[in-house]
Amino acid sequence: MTVNLEVLIPLGIYLIFVYLLAVYANRVLSRSGNFLQEYFIGSRSMNGIMLAMTLVATYISASSFVGGPGVAYKMGLGWVLLAMIQVPTAWLTLGVLGKKFAIVARRIDAVTINDFLWARYENRAVVILATLSLVIFFIAAMVAQFIGGARLFETATGLPYHVGLTIFAVTVILYTTLGGFRAVVLTDVVQGIVMLLGTAALFVGIVNVGGGMTAIVQKMQAIDPGLITPFGPKAFLAKPFILSFWVLVCFGVIGLPHTAVRCFSYRDSRSMHTAIVVSTFVLGFLVLGMHLCGALGRAIIPDLTVGDKIMPALSLAILPPVVAGIFLAGPLAAIMSTIDSQLILASATLIRDLAVKHIPMQQPADDSRLHKLSFYCTALLGIIVFMASLRPPDLIVWINLFAFGGMQATFLWPVVLGLYWKRANAQGALCSMMAGLATYFAMVIWVKRFMGMHVIVPTLAISLIAFVVVSMKTREPRKHITRIFFQKISQ
Amino acid sequence: MQQDRRFRIASREALWCILLTLANFVWWYGFAYGLGSGPAESFTFILGLPAWFFMSCVAGFPLFGILAWIMVRFAFTDMPLDPESSEDPRTHQ
Repeated sequence: MTVNLEVLIPLGIYLIFVYLLAVYANRVLSRSGNFLQEYFIGSRSMNGIMLAMTLVATYISASSFVGGPGVAYKMGLGWVLLAMIQVPTAWLTLGVLGKKFAIVARRIDAVTINDFLWARYENRAVVILATLSLVIFFIAAMVAQFIGGARLFETATGLPYHVGLTIFAVTVILYTTLGGFRAVVLTDVVQGIVMLLGTAALFVGIVNVGGGMTAIVQKMQAIDPGLITPFGPKAFLAKPFILSFWVLVCFGVIGLPHTAVRCFSYRDSRSMHTAIVVSTFVLGFLVLGMHLCGALGRAIIPDLTVGDKIMPALSLAILPPVVAGIFLAGPLAAIMSTIDSQLILASATLIRDLAVKHIPMQQPADDSRLHKLSFYCTALLGIIVFMASLRPPDLIVWINLFAFGGMQATFLWPVVLGLYWKRANAQGALCSMMAGLATYFAMVIWVKRFMGMHVIVPTLAISLIAFVVVSMKTREPRKHITRIFFQKISQ
Repeated sequence: MQQDRRFRIASREALWCILLTLANFVWWYGFAYGLGSGPAESFTFILGLPAWFFMSCVAGFPLFGILAWIMVRFAFTDMPLDPESSEDPRTHQ
């Protein structure tokens, strides 16, 4: 295998830049008065643009940059259509969790989703189940991302898989461990910009090389007319399946813990307003651009057998090598920014959970101990994921979507109903999480598709019913809880 | 004890977001399957792309970006998010 230096050098420069950002964030961290607040949510200082970029970059991951265009390559415009139901995600998550989430989080001084769940339900079992589910599904999701990143590195630079994986993993683990949330958000902003420019360059390149849009679409139609219909070749993309994806990648995203923490770490309500608008445009552009590149790529390079290779193959074929290097930093950026936020949150959850149980949080003297513990925990989690990625399985996209569904089964209703339904109580939340997870695992293993739909639909339906029925049959939540979550706290 | 006025505003804004999501769904679904259900030979094209795709996906996201802007501009309220009292010890760190 020959090493492609012209691609490797811009990639290397980019990685060095990311390290520098982490060092900067680490200096802010060491000056900060409150370690936990700074390390895990950046002291709630994000402005609108930062919030928008970090939301989008966290959300766009290996599956939308590598796997998604790969499937679009095989399924044509129908898969791009399916991907575009993600457009409302930004206003939906920010708006539904909304200002109420931010106000309550400040009242109870919440740093993680578990802080929120604890304040709302005051039930150890709920918090422990949430922690377990979060760590397990995050590890699954991160493994998928690591493999995606390493494969991309491999295809683009010509370096062997394990070398790519190592460089990639060391970078992510180091900057996340060192810099905490602020480093994650700063790199997210840079990565978001790289993704925007890269996608635009590739798209323009494809249309030029293909001789204009009309010619490309005609060629796709000649290969298979199904490629330019909403149903895909051989009508593979049946309506119930596409519609159930609306639940999985649009509505259900409200329940993803790593997006949700961003919904209470912004500075003020104006930041949130800006973020809703900016992230809708950025997300729409990226999702459309990347998936459309994959679909149109079929007319440029018609004979790929592994769809996942379409993005690196296209960029190497179309862009000058140095530009390709910068562009491939885009998907790497996407992947890194997803892992880093999952890593930081998994670590935050473990630390906070330990801390809540064993260390009295009020004493500032504990800060240095927490400090060390957080570093070790973040690094250790990163290493576990790295070990698991050494021998990659084949289907990255599905691992990622599997983790998506699992997190939604656990978190969606306890968070949303906890915020908006006064009657929601601990028993309801616990039964909802258990029923949701049990249904999800059972269906993923034995049923696969439910009446043509993705199994997330029956899973969320059952966990909702369990929540409502059990809450109604058991006691109302205590007065001091409803006071924090629903009333004015007058002094 | 009374309800926090900010919570009522927040709930109304959440409702707006859900309405906008439903509107997006109708647009997305309506154009995709309304114009795209026939055979590929019967399609009309806009800027080289099939009309169903252009309307549903390419035109859809900037339109809803603008609608989102209108929503936060006119339906959303600027409000303080911090705990109510300045005597709160957490603000003195």
